[in-house]
Amino acid sequence: MDAQTYSAKKLITGFVLALVLTLIPFAAVWTMAFSVGVIFGIIALSAVVQVGVHLYFFLGINSKTPIENVLAICFAGILIFLMVGGTLWIMFDLYERMM
Amino acid sequence: MNTYTPKTAGSPGPTEETLGIRDLGFWIYLMTDAIIFSLLFATYVVMFQNTATGPVPSDIFDLEHVFAETMFLLLSSVTFGFASLAAIRERKGHAVFWMIVTIFFGAGFIFLEVSEFVGMIQSGAAPQTSGFLSAFFTLVGTHGAHVSLGMVGITVMIFQILIKGLTSPVKSRLHRLGMFWHFLDIVWIGIFSIVYMPGWLI
Repeated sequence: MDAQTYSAKKLITGFVLALVLTLIPFAAVWTMAFSVGVIFGIIALSAVVQVGVHLYFFLGINSKTPIENVLAICFAGILIFLMVGGTLWIMFDLYERMM
Repeated sequence: MNTYTPKTAGSPGPTEETLGIRDLGFWIYLMTDAIIFSLLFATYVVMFQNTATGPVPSDIFDLEHVFAETMFLLLSSVTFGFASLAAIRERKGHAVFWMIVTIFFGAGFIFLEVSEFVGMIQSGAAPQTSGFLSAFFTLVGTHGAHVSLGMVGITVMIFQILIKGLTSPVKSRLHRLGMFWHFLDIVWIGIFSIVYMPGWLI
């Protein structure tokens, strides 16, 4: 929480980037200009980039973030990977076997 | 961060270090919340094809409605950022103004979400209709409950700023509330990308 975390310029930049990254997938779904597979790719890519934009411009996560916070992110990331990945793996494997 | 000057010798108040530890503690809470939301997303992905005899996602998702919700939440995130900025620059009036703007956008989001839920339930797409709808209402409802609690937090924060002024502990709480609010906008990116858009495509 310091002047570097927040500045009006940074907030406006973050807002414009987030707006563009929201409009891209909505436009793709709205117009159906591409095949469904390509649209899924656009949605996924825009979402991942927009999460990054929010973390950097709004939550102030950058190279100066304390190591404890970064460790907490990494630990949560590992838990999410194991639990979400495991859930999807087991449930869709079960689904295939039940067909 | 400005140094905190205690009003009386008897109540020294929290030190810089204490406030730093509180930020870390709140950050760890946000990470646990991220795990809860991730698992609700996983549940939704497992369940969304289990529509029983009820409606399928494309029957009930209105993309214009979702776009309006997305804009309200994104704008509220930015206006909260301006409130934080005003607090850092010691501009009490500006901070309160931006937080009131944030509440308006947040209320707009909640109004749209509640009207969506009520419309769905009235048309027979209630949580008990199918596994898909149970998972949908649990995930999106949990997010909505968080946003509603965040708005209670913002209201309390406005009164704290007005009554206590922008003291170091108040600014520290404002910072943590801001982290919570920005985090909820990140969860919403997941909701429109994983729930609404694929539901409309499939």
